Amino acid sequence: MGRYVIRRLLQAIPVLLGTTFLIFATVYALPGDPIAALGGDRLLDPLLVARMRETFHLNDPLLVQYWYYISGVVTGDLGTTFRGVPVASFFQHKIQVTFNLAITALVFEAILGVLLGLYAALRRGRWQDQAILAFTLLLVSVPTLVSGFILQLVLGVKLKLNTGIDFFPVAGIQDGWRSYLVPGLVLAGLSVAYLARLTRTSLMETLRADYVRTAVAKGMPRRRVLGRHVLRNSLIPVITYLGADLGNLMGGAVITETIFNLPGVGQQLFQSVYLRENAVVVGIVTVLVLVYIVANLIVDLLYAVLDPRIRYD
Amino acid sequence: MKNSTVDTHTLPAQWADDEPLLVVDDLYVEFQTRQGTVRAVNGVSYSVNAGETLAVLGESGSGKSVTAQAIMGILDMPPARIPRGQVRFRGTDLLKMPDDARSQIRGRRVSMIFQDALSALNPVFSVGWQIGEMFRVHRGMSKRDARKKAVELMDRVRIPAARDRLDDFPHQFSGGMRQRIMIAMAIALDPEILIADEPTTALDVTVQAQIMGLLAEIQRDSDMGLILITHDLGVVADVADKIAVMYGGRIVEEAPVHDLYRSPAHPYSKGLLESIPRVDLKGQELYAIKGMPPNLLEMPTGCAFHPRCPYRRANCETDVPPLHPVGSGRGSACHYWREVLDGGHS
Amino acid sequence: MTNATVTQEPAKHAKRVKAKKPASLWSDAWYDLRRNKIFLIGSALVLILILMAAFPSLFSPIDATKAATCDLAQARKGITSEHWFGTDNLGCDTYSRVIYGARVSIIVGIATGVITAVIGGGLGLLAGFYGRWTDVVLSRLAEMFFAIPVILGALLILAMIGRDKAGAWFVVMALAILAWPMILRIMRASVISAKSQDYVTAARALGAGPGRIMIRHILPNAITPVIVTATLNLGVFIAAEAGLSFLGVGVQPPEISWGLMIGDARNRFLEAPEPLIFPAVFLSITVLAFVMLGDAVRDALDPKLR
Repeated sequence: MGRYVIRRLLQAIPVLLGTTFLIFATVYALPGDPIAALGGDRLLDPLLVARMRETFHLNDPLLVQYWYYISGVVTGDLGTTFRGVPVASFFQHKIQVTFNLAITALVFEAILGVLLGLYAALRRGRWQDQAILAFTLLLVSVPTLVSGFILQLVLGVKLKLNTGIDFFPVAGIQDGWRSYLVPGLVLAGLSVAYLARLTRTSLMETLRADYVRTAVAKGMPRRRVLGRHVLRNSLIPVITYLGADLGNLMGGAVITETIFNLPGVGQQLFQSVYLRENAVVVGIVTVLVLVYIVANLIVDLLYAVLDPRIRYD
Repeated sequence: MKNSTVDTHTLPAQWADDEPLLVVDDLYVEFQTRQGTVRAVNGVSYSVNAGETLAVLGESGSGKSVTAQAIMGILDMPPARIPRGQVRFRGTDLLKMPDDARSQIRGRRVSMIFQDALSALNPVFSVGWQIGEMFRVHRGMSKRDARKKAVELMDRVRIPAARDRLDDFPHQFSGGMRQRIMIAMAIALDPEILIADEPTTALDVTVQAQIMGLLAEIQRDSDMGLILITHDLGVVADVADKIAVMYGGRIVEEAPVHDLYRSPAHPYSKGLLESIPRVDLKGQELYAIKGMPPNLLEMPTGCAFHPRCPYRRANCETDVPPLHPVGSGRGSACHYWREVLDGGHS
Repeated sequence: MTNATVTQEPAKHAKRVKAKKPASLWSDAWYDLRRNKIFLIGSALVLILILMAAFPSLFSPIDATKAATCDLAQARKGITSEHWFGTDNLGCDTYSRVIYGARVSIIVGIATGVITAVIGGGLGLLAGFYGRWTDVVLSRLAEMFFAIPVILGALLILAMIGRDKAGAWFVVMALAILAWPMILRIMRASVISAKSQDYVTAARALGAGPGRIMIRHILPNAITPVIVTATLNLGVFIAAEAGLSFLGVGVQPPEISWGLMIGDARNRFLEAPEPLIFPAVFLSITVLAFVMLGDAVRDALDPKLR
């Protein structure tokens, strides 16, 4: 187990460095002088420009600049903008919003995806199974962009107008955890479909396994066969998919955040791209990629805990 | 499963004195597939007594495993269906029992071991957990007591350093050791009947002998009835009391083991015996039964064996031979069993 | 189950065996597809959409690319006999804009699908076939790109290119840069398993060169999962383009894109839902059509995946 953990940790390091470098290079390798752009149409004092170029290591080669940057990231310092504002201050609170949204979506995904998948597998070939498969096809086909606005209209506006139920806020985060319900559901849509299909396939494969027949032959009650022997095995790929999806959901939250006006990192990223706050852009993408890589790492370790065959290889 | 008014939680204390412990009576099993109905078992009857070993012999597709699964009640229904027949255990028809009553018998009083122990053991639970599960679920034991029992059983099937290996997982054991764990699990609750479905097929020859020895020894000590399913005549000679040879979902010959070895009464069993390599016939060409096993979707008419049979006559293609009594405790489903018995080579 | 031997379907079995000869795999798949309702509906929809993208004037009397067809006085008028899908904030006809918007979606979907399949498939073939350092370098590189969520990375790339230059082909480029590693992974795994097949060893023993083995023997047997994934991805790319255009970093006006239309209509969404609903419906149907196609192709080419 220990050796597996260490190997997996070591494997993550080059990916982490490579990915952050890719992002860094995308933002800084492009032509144009970001300092000169600061002044807009005005010409800046050349002395000031020179000093700033020095402070931000802009005269060094890209790799050296990256080295300064990544050394900062490792110590928890995401740098400052050219205007001297620490990058971290841009999204300390916003990352919480995005995290809440992603977690809400993950909960929806886990509950809906697993239940739909289990139900379909247990009713395989019958109309319930067909209906769930058709439903997942629909979920995959309706982009966030569309489902977001539809649910905003249906749950946020029509429901209130027609029934007086005002339970689902559909903009902003003023209503605490309720603010995340509809956006979370929208963000979860595609993942629910994938997870339901994965759960169904996995469960159907497990149901056919020899050790399930053994459990029945041991005289285990049906409930125990399903709950212990089948579920434990068939949920291994499901749990690993869920874990890896947290990173995807956080990275994919930008459209949902824009639709529902949630002040998350996605929205901040969007604003910073427009305002050309490159340091903030790199910072946000770096943090989200870090989340993605760490989530995958945890999943791989979790996999080893869940499946003993991995531990001893 | 059909509902039944029979009180099945307590089996009747006595049953007809002359009836053996387990009786399979005129059993039919078929599978619905897209290509049509596969008739896997067509009127099989056999019986086992306490302390007796019945070997069920046949090639794959002969229905021997399906019969065993019908006894255990572990067939997937659908696609499987049991249109006719009974499986009587101590006089009670298991097939008519409600599900929950049946799982009281499965594993406790009738248990089974499978061919490939690696896939038949759950990969994510330790072997101690899997053996102990029998005691926790069926006997309501505590975890600690169940672990103790598991160690005892692992000792009994001679797994070295049982106490240390309790928390190991199936993939960490060798093939032979895994099969011992399967056996430990199956005999945990001292069943009256043990069905072993090709228990040694996946193992090396030397390990095969050890496992067969272990099974024979356990059976002797516990006086249980053993149904040994195999395709390998060589495996059964030393351990079996009687043999049922299956072909195309039917029993074609039934006989005490030595009678069958000495003088087979069905051309198929004769062919099987002649295809065993023998030291005294070294240098001669090894006999092989001609042709292919029957296609279960399009079973040959009449005697299912007739396309491959050297004794074939016209009526073999039209008339299904019944199991003719051939002697005490013997039967052969061949119209011309006398000829076969007389040793007439074709 | 032991009854597997009897319940196994001979037809499926025959297909597995035949898989070694590509021609019959494809003809088998084609036979399956022609009888698959999902495939027929999906491909009919895709054909209509391609037609729409190529010749929008066939479907709409109004040329939506001409600003003169818009009339500010007619803005947000709702559904009328003249404007079937209503009008947008600038008084343009939503129906004709929806029709003309198909082009960007189809171009981005198909072009990105083809480019990622070629790049990812080609590199995956090399990585899987040559192994060793080629594999290490390519696989690690792919992993680095793979760690960047697609929408996020594309947003970054497009923002850096700048809005003045952005357009459909830049969206294609941005998506392709981020999406090829997925295809590489699939191709690599597929090639590695094909490489160990006996007929490859036989071809090698008979003196076939690496290029010939790779193209003639491995590629036809390894490409199936790539085709399946690439088809399923088409819908993903179309949805991604709409999302990026909606965010303002994708296609730029005066080009017409469904994502852009949704973005334009969102602020007045409650008083005038039509200019948002109709592009949204078309977008969903388009994605659905490609997903149906992908699902059907997967079932036909690889029944085991089902």
